[in-house]
Amino acid sequence: MGKVTGFLEYGRRTAERRPVAERTRDYFEIYQDLPEEQLRQQGARCMDCGVPFCHSGCPLNNVIPDWNDLVYRGRWQDALRVLHSTNNFPEFTGRACPAPCEAACVLGINAPPVTIKLIEQTIIDRALAEGGLQPQLPEVRTGKRVAIVGSGPAGLAAAQQLNRAGHFVTVFEKSDRIGGLLRYGIPDFKLSKSLIDGRLEQLKAEGIDFQVRAHVGGNVPVKDLREEFDALLLAGGAEQPRNLHVPGRELQGVHFAMDFLTQQNRRIAGDAIPPEESTTATGKRVVILGGGDTGADCLGTCHRQNALSVHQFEILPQPPASRSDQTPWPMWPLQLRTESSHEEGGLREWSVSVTDLTGDEQGRVREVRAVRVGPPPEFTLQAGTEFTLEADLVLLAMGFLGPVRTGLIEELGVRLDPRGNIATGDDYMSSLPGVFAAGDMRRGQSLIVWAIAEGRRAARSIDKWLMGESLLL
Amino acid sequence: MDSDGSHCSIHYPGGFPPSQGLYSPEFEKDACGIGFIANVKGHASHEIIRRGIQILVNLAHRGACGCDPDTGDGAGVLIQIPHAFFLRESARLGFSLPGPGQYGVGMVFFPVDKRSRLVCEGILERIIQEEGLSVLGWRDTPVKADAIGRLARASQPYIQQVFIGDPGGMGQEALERKLYVVMKRAENEVRAVDLKEKEFFYIPSMSARTIVYKGLLLAPQIAEFYRELSDPAVVSALCLVHQRFSTNTFPTWHLAHPFRYICHNGEINTLRGNVNWMQARHKILESDLFGADLEKLMPVVSPGGSDSASLDNAVQLLHLAGRSLPHSMAMLIPEAWSQAPHMHPDKRAFYEYHASLMEPWDGPAAIAFTDGQLIGATLDRNGLRPARYLVTHDEVLIMASEAGVLPVKPEEVRFKGRLQPGRMLLADLAQGRIIPDEEIKQQLWSRHPYTDWLRENQIHLDDLPAPPRWHPTDFDTILVRQRAHGYTDEDLRFILAPMAKGGEEPIGSMGDDTPLACLSDKPRLLFDYFRQLFAQVTNPAIDPIREEMVMSLTSYIGTERNILEETPRHCHTLKLDHPILTNYDLEKLRRVSQGDFLATTLPMLFQAEGGEEELQRAIDGLCRRASWAIRSGYTVLVLSDRGVDPIYAPIPSLLALSAVHHHLIREGTRTQVALIVESGEAREVMHFCLLIGYGASAVNPYLAIETLEHMCRENLLPPELEFEQALKNYKKAINKGLLKVFSKMGISTLQSYRGAQVFEAIGLSRSVVDTYFTGTTSRIEGVGLGVLAREAGLKHAHAFRKLEDCETELPVGGQYQYRIRGEHHLLNPLTISKLQHSVRQSSFETYREYADAINQQNRQLSTLRGLLDFKKADRALSLEDVEPASEIVKRFATGAMSFGSISKEAHETLAVAMNRIGARSNTGEGGEAEERFRPDPNGDSRRSSVKQVASGRFGVTATYLVNADELQIKISQGAKPGEGGQLPGHKIDSIIAKVRHSIPGVPLISPPPHHDIYSIEDLAQLIYDLKNINPGARISVKLVAEVGVGIVAAGVAKAHADVILISGDSGGTGASPLTSIRHAGIPWELGLAETQQVLVLNDLRSRVRLQTDGKLCTGRDVAIAALLGAEEYGFSTAPLITLGCVMMRKCHLNTCPVGIATQDPELRARFSGQPEHLINYLFFVAEELREIMAQMGFRTMNEMIGRVDRLVTRDLSGHWKARGLDLTSILHNPPVPQRVGRRQLIAQDHGLEQALDHQLIDLTRHAVENASAVEVKLPIRNVHRTVGTMLSGEVVRRHGSGGLPEDTIRLQFTGSAGQSFGAFLSRGITLELEGEANDYTGKGLSGGKLVVYPPRQSAFPPEENIIVGNVVLYGATAGEAYFNGMAGERFAVRNSGATAVVESVGDHGCEYMTRGLVLVLGPTGRNFAAGMTGGVAFVLDETGDFRGRNCNRAGVDLEPVEDATDIAAIRRLTEEHLAATGSPRAQWILEHWAEMVPRFVKVFPHEYKRVLGIPQGQATANVGAAPAEIRQVVYG
Repeated sequence: MGKVTGFLEYGRRTAERRPVAERTRDYFEIYQDLPEEQLRQQGARCMDCGVPFCHSGCPLNNVIPDWNDLVYRGRWQDALRVLHSTNNFPEFTGRACPAPCEAACVLGINAPPVTIKLIEQTIIDRALAEGGLQPQLPEVRTGKRVAIVGSGPAGLAAAQQLNRAGHFVTVFEKSDRIGGLLRYGIPDFKLSKSLIDGRLEQLKAEGIDFQVRAHVGGNVPVKDLREEFDALLLAGGAEQPRNLHVPGRELQGVHFAMDFLTQQNRRIAGDAIPPEESTTATGKRVVILGGGDTGADCLGTCHRQNALSVHQFEILPQPPASRSDQTPWPMWPLQLRTESSHEEGGLREWSVSVTDLTGDEQGRVREVRAVRVGPPPEFTLQAGTEFTLEADLVLLAMGFLGPVRTGLIEELGVRLDPRGNIATGDDYMSSLPGVFAAGDMRRGQSLIVWAIAEGRRAARSIDKWLMGESLLL
Repeated sequence: MDSDGSHCSIHYPGGFPPSQGLYSPEFEKDACGIGFIANVKGHASHEIIRRGIQILVNLAHRGACGCDPDTGDGAGVLIQIPHAFFLRESARLGFSLPGPGQYGVGMVFFPVDKRSRLVCEGILERIIQEEGLSVLGWRDTPVKADAIGRLARASQPYIQQVFIGDPGGMGQEALERKLYVVMKRAENEVRAVDLKEKEFFYIPSMSARTIVYKGLLLAPQIAEFYRELSDPAVVSALCLVHQRFSTNTFPTWHLAHPFRYICHNGEINTLRGNVNWMQARHKILESDLFGADLEKLMPVVSPGGSDSASLDNAVQLLHLAGRSLPHSMAMLIPEAWSQAPHMHPDKRAFYEYHASLMEPWDGPAAIAFTDGQLIGATLDRNGLRPARYLVTHDEVLIMASEAGVLPVKPEEVRFKGRLQPGRMLLADLAQGRIIPDEEIKQQLWSRHPYTDWLRENQIHLDDLPAPPRWHPTDFDTILVRQRAHGYTDEDLRFILAPMAKGGEEPIGSMGDDTPLACLSDKPRLLFDYFRQLFAQVTNPAIDPIREEMVMSLTSYIGTERNILEETPRHCHTLKLDHPILTNYDLEKLRRVSQGDFLATTLPMLFQAEGGEEELQRAIDGLCRRASWAIRSGYTVLVLSDRGVDPIYAPIPSLLALSAVHHHLIREGTRTQVALIVESGEAREVMHFCLLIGYGASAVNPYLAIETLEHMCRENLLPPELEFEQALKNYKKAINKGLLKVFSKMGISTLQSYRGAQVFEAIGLSRSVVDTYFTGTTSRIEGVGLGVLAREAGLKHAHAFRKLEDCETELPVGGQYQYRIRGEHHLLNPLTISKLQHSVRQSSFETYREYADAINQQNRQLSTLRGLLDFKKADRALSLEDVEPASEIVKRFATGAMSFGSISKEAHETLAVAMNRIGARSNTGEGGEAEERFRPDPNGDSRRSSVKQVASGRFGVTATYLVNADELQIKISQGAKPGEGGQLPGHKIDSIIAKVRHSIPGVPLISPPPHHDIYSIEDLAQLIYDLKNINPGARISVKLVAEVGVGIVAAGVAKAHADVILISGDSGGTGASPLTSIRHAGIPWELGLAETQQVLVLNDLRSRVRLQTDGKLCTGRDVAIAALLGAEEYGFSTAPLITLGCVMMRKCHLNTCPVGIATQDPELRARFSGQPEHLINYLFFVAEELREIMAQMGFRTMNEMIGRVDRLVTRDLSGHWKARGLDLTSILHNPPVPQRVGRRQLIAQDHGLEQALDHQLIDLTRHAVENASAVEVKLPIRNVHRTVGTMLSGEVVRRHGSGGLPEDTIRLQFTGSAGQSFGAFLSRGITLELEGEANDYTGKGLSGGKLVVYPPRQSAFPPEENIIVGNVVLYGATAGEAYFNGMAGERFAVRNSGATAVVESVGDHGCEYMTRGLVLVLGPTGRNFAAGMTGGVAFVLDETGDFRGRNCNRAGVDLEPVEDATDIAAIRRLTEEHLAATGSPRAQWILEHWAEMVPRFVKVFPHEYKRVLGIPQGQATANVGAAPAEIRQVVYG
């Protein structure tokens, strides 16, 4: 398998990012391709472990060592087959996954781990470049109908799986385009939207029915779905953002990150944004509240919109530079991450809690007032550390609090778990027979890779529920 | 003797207890000492009997006694009928006898119960009359009951002699046959009646020529018990004797030897097959001599006999049906002929002809046999038992398992010899002479023109016409078929690819932690439900590589004929060189139309939809069709699963085959056809083993072959590898693998392996086994046909589903590597990481998460222990009331992991951790640096308290042995029982070489067997040796669980082991063939439970401690082990995980990324384990255990041991496979009285106080203390074993490995020394022996000096007489030895440093030698230098035979001796030899020096040359120019 001593011979290499000066002038993806020869060497670094921790570090249980080896040996087609056997959309996870697999890589115990994510991305990119994705039509149709609410990664993965199992699948998307968070949440420079379109072509060709601007619990009554479909999968995401409860929150120029990011994606997609709705960072002093991925996406977008300055505040203390003792291998490490957006500029501040926002007479935000705090869970205010920062735009990227409760959830009367997500059993079925849930709507905000994994598992449960047994993986 | 009578009161009327729990009498084993004495001229005397019994007494140490010290395992003598004595007795009793030879005497054991006895007597009398004979009279055999032990008395039969007349005057030969008929009929009829105590009934002998006196006796008791044996009127010209060592303490009267014709030392490994085939032949047996009587002789092999008894049955039939005794023996136990190019062609033809008649009875065997006129002995093909003999000037021939059993004045000795492998010793008392082996064999081979017969009748596969068509690879359907046959991606990557690439079996490491097939959720192959059996202790494994000459894959197919006749048609067989058929070969066979050969193909397919019913129907149909085909004249049946389609699924090929095989055996037609399997299923070695083991003559693995071609086409194999080569390599790998598996069981030939069924089934239902795998062991019930049909159905459905782009073509597998969708593994990312986190953070909470994940097998069954649950106490104890963890951890040990297999850092961390908490670490095989014997400045100790002694004896020196608290003899290893190993040269750096006493860069081979343990009494000897060198250490014997391990363990307990370790099958390994990791051995739960039950039944349990290991992970595991009977617990994998191991399973590649299983300095630097990590873990385990103890109400571990009554089986009804399991046999609690101990309570008595060394130590005390010179003279006898060893222990304990200055202590002995003379002799001690020595002389020589020469008064030329026995200087590391005479087999085996001079050696000289210097001043046996990788030997080859054929040149160059250094070395050694021994041969050579020098040959191993930098084949040989360090290694 692979090269037995590859990990001793080759160092870790990842794809290079385009120069900051260049990439912040556009919204194209920031990574350059790694030459094939080098990529195959990276595949050779895989040690083909007896117990590949990557394989369980990955929520999808991607069979990583197998495709690493296939890549090393240049068997790209076979690698794609193995990759697709666990992952419906590697082009998404290959780009927008933080790669818990690499955190769990055995080589990572005492050396830089294998560049699993890059290898994954390359496998699918080559396939796309070499002829795209062939639809796989089910051999027989079961005649069962399944409705899926939400077209994010969970909904799409479930749709593809269920369709392949022979069921008629209709996906309801409240927005104007399919893709959910993939479409409007992740900036183009991290995930080119043409990838979604490419995948959609396959999904449509396979026979999945997509309904856009179909807001279940809004313009589409839930009751109808319950009547028309044999099963219902709720995959509407966790779209309820965490709000900032400080004086001044109502000021103009204070926006939820997702609204800001969505706008930019729409612009790139060619939509005209009415000037009165448009929010940009251009020429502004921006403060981003929240140090996570969404915050980083806002940061990168601000750079591209030529903000005057950007500050990013995080309430938690600065994590250690390398893996914390609290999160030993193979756990997802608590450690400082420097994303491409951080590399591009801006200032990060840790242990900062905003106390209030002040505005000008037009009601526009002018200042952010904040204070340093101690570590969680108390976040004790550190007296004498108060400071003020001028700001024209404040973006709230402080996470999400589960699904929107109004509409769909209320109408269905489905039971929620203590965190406000839809409660299900191990079989992904909610308190209502035939109604299933998956993705962020079920587990709360999480990773794309989890969404796909949930979509697949829910699909298997639905199939089993409909048919008595399931051959889906 | 340790155990007084009060401990013992168990007895079982028939001898054996009935089968119960995991105990089955079927697996009883024995071994022993044998001997005979005869007056070659046929002069009968009482003296012969007296001396025969004397032999027996002097062999007593080869026997054993059980829990009752006065009850032996059995002893007996066979003599000629003492006519004069019986005449006198008959007169006294009032009946008359005709002349000698005209009447028969039956020695008969009867029930004691009077009514039963009378019934038996009645039956016997009636049969005698019905057979036309008459009862002349009865005689109560006078016995002295109080001469024997209590146990023996309890099972003592009523012994009578019946005198049988021949009213018709049929003549002696015919009378002998009639007596045989009477005997068989009587046995059968008594067996059939319903009678109390009928199991007592047995006829030791019934003959007009010989009579057997035997019983459950100790040797010295026999003459007292059978009073007439002391009567001077009882005379005989021969006396055959036997002392038994049986593994159990249920030895019985009737299983004592001698049998009617033979007595046997050794074991027949192929017994099950031999008996099955004998049974299968019944219907075709015919004999003019017996006529209609023949039917009365059935079954030929009487049920309930031992292997020896069964062999005796076969000998009796063949002999009385017309073959001479030597002929019968040569047919049953042929010498190794197929790989003997120098054998006379007619002799080879004789053997080959007989090979077409029947399969050999294979296994280690020294067999003495007699018919009253001829007396002789023969050895198995490999010479695995010792047999020494001497002839006196007054024509007395004495043969015994060892030399010196009778005092014979040196001047009376005419000749001393030893029996050689496959050879026969024979005296014809009528002719009055000893007939040499060559003459016997020549008489045999010239009986018929066997060579012509073979030429005219035998067909070879190559000779068959080429078929017009054969199946090509069908690439279009290959995937579907692979899926239908359950192929996984791993089969391609881990099994087929390595075999195709390298022609070798794939290697893996770290054991197996997947569920048993019967617990798996996945559909598995039927093959997975079987486990290979293997030889341990009671017989040796063979080395199929280095001793290839005894191995053979040849088989003969065709209709078997009546084995009681000899005609040319008997060899009308088709000869196959090996059992793997290509598609082309198979097509030839399918179309054969030569002679009787006619083939037909029977499909083994069933309608998948129909499930169990259809499967059943298909099998029944297949059996019917097979019967029909035979009736129609077909002689070759091809069972084929070609033709799988959407409707039809393959029947598991093993099921189909074995069903037909047993159906035909039952029908009596089995030997008329050959069964060939054409299967897509078979792909790995184990599959072929099973198919052959259940009767297939050959296998065509068509799908594996097609897969190889497909892989070539798909570039899944290296581009330069052509399909033809890949196929060739694959066949080679399978064939090598087969030999390896055979050899693990001690079986040499495919013919005897075929049908031998040396497997245990785990998790198959009784009904499946009884119907289709009759005679196979299966002890926990399990799945039936329904599940098998479902498994086939699942695979079939998978095959015929459309393949999507989003699925892998084949399932991922996950057997070898963890995969989420593959097979479950106990050690998976969750459990490994939780364990590591817990020990590093000292978090018991995290440990508990780990333990729960392992323990709770609710979702996923994995292990047998997972199926068990505890019976809690009504009231739990408080935790404080339970024994503290610090006490419990003292019962823990780490497993044997050698320095070399793991890094120095890991090895020492283990030792430090275990020493800190008073537990034991095990050094593994590979020595230990002496610096570690001293504590570190911080108080830590890096000394491993357990020192292992394994077959390679690497670094096993006197110093190593004395620095131990426990010496562990590794008989087997869980991951590869019965196999040797090889440490490649590149792994042996100077440090490893130093501790192993080898040369850096020279590879080291561990032989499969311990060459000093070929049987149970040998093990007793090694235990005695080790106890002598280190009396303070306890001796442990490591066994691997398999069926019968309990019985072996009973033998080991009787051999005086202090501890017995039962290892499970799943244990880790640094490198082992995947076949062995997955398919050999069974879970420890079964092995431990069986051992506990058998030891308790025997009342041996209280003498030994039991330890168990094999993937023990948690406190719950330990609790189960304790309740099943173990007192101590071994851990290996889990400790390594605590030190950082992540189960890479790459140990064999030296690339361990965490610095454990590697010697690469860069990787070793990554080692991050700390002793605290391991200590935390062991304490966590103990704490978890304490919680369980509290819940169960046990205050101490001792209360818990063996409390199997506190275990219950969990409800398994929810699992589709496991619901059929029944674990009651594991939970069986033998019903013995309370006083029988269920854990260790008393110490073993090693009998050390009798050792001669006590006297030696007294006599040399001053010398040892002050290093002052001393000389002592003493007589010595063969009962003095292991002389000089205890003294050596004293020396090195005081002076370290440097010992004393040379010759400080000089001990001079006169007489015959017992076994292990001078074992581990340390520097400064010289043993000089005038006389002779036995086996294992100079074992482990550690710097001492040995000199042995014949008595000065001897008349014979020393160089032609045997002076030392077999396996001399095994594992010697330093010292000198001079032997003035011939040595036996395996001289200087695994020598790694001693210098030795000898005048001739037997077979396999210098085998596996790695260092040192051997000078042979005369001829050698065959296979010299096999596996020799280092050191140098010089052989004086006057005839050219050595160069021509006796040296195994695979690994050595033979060079002329031209270099001055070499010449000088030879001269110096010869002179020293002369000086030490006075050897006339040495004298003569020195006198003819110039002529002799060119006749010396230098044996120079390639590997050694490589490290010296001399190109292979180039005879530069100038070692003088080599680096001093290495040169010194050679020349001392």
